Amino acid sequence: MSAPPAQSAIATTASPTWADVNRDVIRTVGMPGDKYFAWMCLVALTLACGAAAWAWQIWVGIGAAGKRTPQMWAMYITTFVFWIGIGHAGTLISAILYLFRAKWRTSIYRGAEAMTVFAVMTAGLFPLIHAGRMWFAYWLLPYPNQRYLWPNFKSPLVWDVFAISTYLTISVVFFIVGLVPDIAALRDSATGIKRKIYAVMSLGWEGSDQQWRHYRRAYGLLASLATPLVLSVHSVVSFDFAMALVPGWHSTLFAPFFVDGAIFSGFAMVLILMLPMRYLFDWYAYIADKHLDAMAKLILVTSLVLSYFYSCEVFTAWYSGDHFERASVFAKATKEYAWAYWLMYSCNSVTPLVFFWRKARTHVPTLYIVSILVLIGMWFERFNIIVPGLGHDFYPYTWGTYYPTVTDTTIIVGSFAWFFILFLGFIRVMPSLSIVEVKEVLPHPLKHGHH
Amino acid sequence: MTTTSVLGVFAHVDTTLQAIRDLRAKGFSDLTVYTPIPVEEIEHEVEKVRPLSKVRLFTLVGALTGTATGFFLTIWSSLKWELVTGGKAPVSIPPFVIIAFELTILLGGLASALAILVLGQLPRLKPSPTYDPRFTLDRFGVAVACAPDKVESVQSLLSTAGAEEVRR
Repeated sequence: MSAPPAQSAIATTASPTWADVNRDVIRTVGMPGDKYFAWMCLVALTLACGAAAWAWQIWVGIGAAGKRTPQMWAMYITTFVFWIGIGHAGTLISAILYLFRAKWRTSIYRGAEAMTVFAVMTAGLFPLIHAGRMWFAYWLLPYPNQRYLWPNFKSPLVWDVFAISTYLTISVVFFIVGLVPDIAALRDSATGIKRKIYAVMSLGWEGSDQQWRHYRRAYGLLASLATPLVLSVHSVVSFDFAMALVPGWHSTLFAPFFVDGAIFSGFAMVLILMLPMRYLFDWYAYIADKHLDAMAKLILVTSLVLSYFYSCEVFTAWYSGDHFERASVFAKATKEYAWAYWLMYSCNSVTPLVFFWRKARTHVPTLYIVSILVLIGMWFERFNIIVPGLGHDFYPYTWGTYYPTVTDTTIIVGSFAWFFILFLGFIRVMPSLSIVEVKEVLPHPLKHGHH
Repeated sequence: MTTTSVLGVFAHVDTTLQAIRDLRAKGFSDLTVYTPIPVEEIEHEVEKVRPLSKVRLFTLVGALTGTATGFFLTIWSSLKWELVTGGKAPVSIPPFVIIAFELTILLGGLASALAILVLGQLPRLKPSPTYDPRFTLDRFGVAVACAPDKVESVQSLLSTAGAEEVRR
């Protein structure tokens, strides 16, 4: 997708009224034009290629994926961690920023939450794709069986199953709960069969005081439950690595390091999705420069924290005096994967520094390019942890180089198509800007002046 | 006793608030207030006479069930086959905390969502007679359930407060 033209925000001196919000959001739902279908076809075709590649891999076996000793974890786990990371911004915005009453969140949170749900759904595919016999994946779940076999609850992989399925469930619940009053607004403006469908989906929401009072309480409690959850999910994902003894993995730094990186990449993805939406749906009145500025600042902060973690990693390797840690870092920085290592540094630590300039924080092409670079950088960060880490551990005897194959590359490209097909579908059937929450931050209608 | 419903439609927060206060002062307490968004002032006024919402009870029970399930499942299943794995005793609490934590959040969250449905009486299969589609747009509604002989006084109360439309 090309960057949208640099169009300065349409000057909206008067803030939109409540009726404007309904109109501006509801007009985005409905029969899309040819351009949309052209994009959809392209995405669907890519997805079909990905699905075919997966079918091929199931047919010939996991060897088709290019994974071989020592790198039995390669691009699939890299992409899995990448997508879980993308899935962090949504719940961060809707839970943590909700509790902090950060008002700027209201116009981006719906899109970000949709992104979260779809990113986690994408990530969830990868453990299945990665497992050779994915039809046995249910073995990870605890279910009664005749042999008294239960999952090994001391294994980080089982923690991961619990963490991610909880995260997906709670994100979906949070997402749906937020959608209900908005679907009611859609219902009230629709006619015919659409009205009936939205009426069912809105659960007959009417916005009575009886409904709002429980809704608001429950929403606050859900936010409070989701807050530790957001921070725990990527911590648990990081334990997949940190609990192992591989040099470069076995570190107590990993949990905060992963969480920060996840928020960093998640916000980049939010920008990548919201900027074209703002342009195409003409939402300049709702997603203004201050929103872009706030997101760019968050990207900058998380980038600086990430740079700190990167330097900690190098420093501890050196200062610990541990031979294998030192060798691992040295190999990453200078051997066959050095290009990936330095690409990661330049994308994640150097590029976002441009956001120190106020102008860059609201300049759309800059935001877009930096966000794409951040996503590339964050994908390579996970790659650098997994592939060179496994490729250069304790014995020279077990060292090795991983080469991607057409099959695994196609599946990974296909995963992006899967994500985008879900997102593109969503924005045409559901309000991708929260009608209720945007109204909440607009001035309330008063007869006798504003206090 | 038969009751009749009177609905006042308002365009402003302050007039709606005035109507609620006036009605309360005159002893009409069976009110339903419709708002497009939760408005703090109105909520505050309506909540004054009510006990706190019971949602938190649902959340607490759900969360504690999750914690208990998490520890029970992990400890009980480890004792089913007492294998030392990874040099850890069959029952090792620290790793089990993670499972218990996740289930706490999971069941706590699901119970909170359930509370919205149970306490808010959703799904509602038929729209209530006093509902108006403008209540999801930019209008507020105050519906009063009163005895048939009080209808006129309620209507005049609503109009005086600033309702742009009053109907039965």
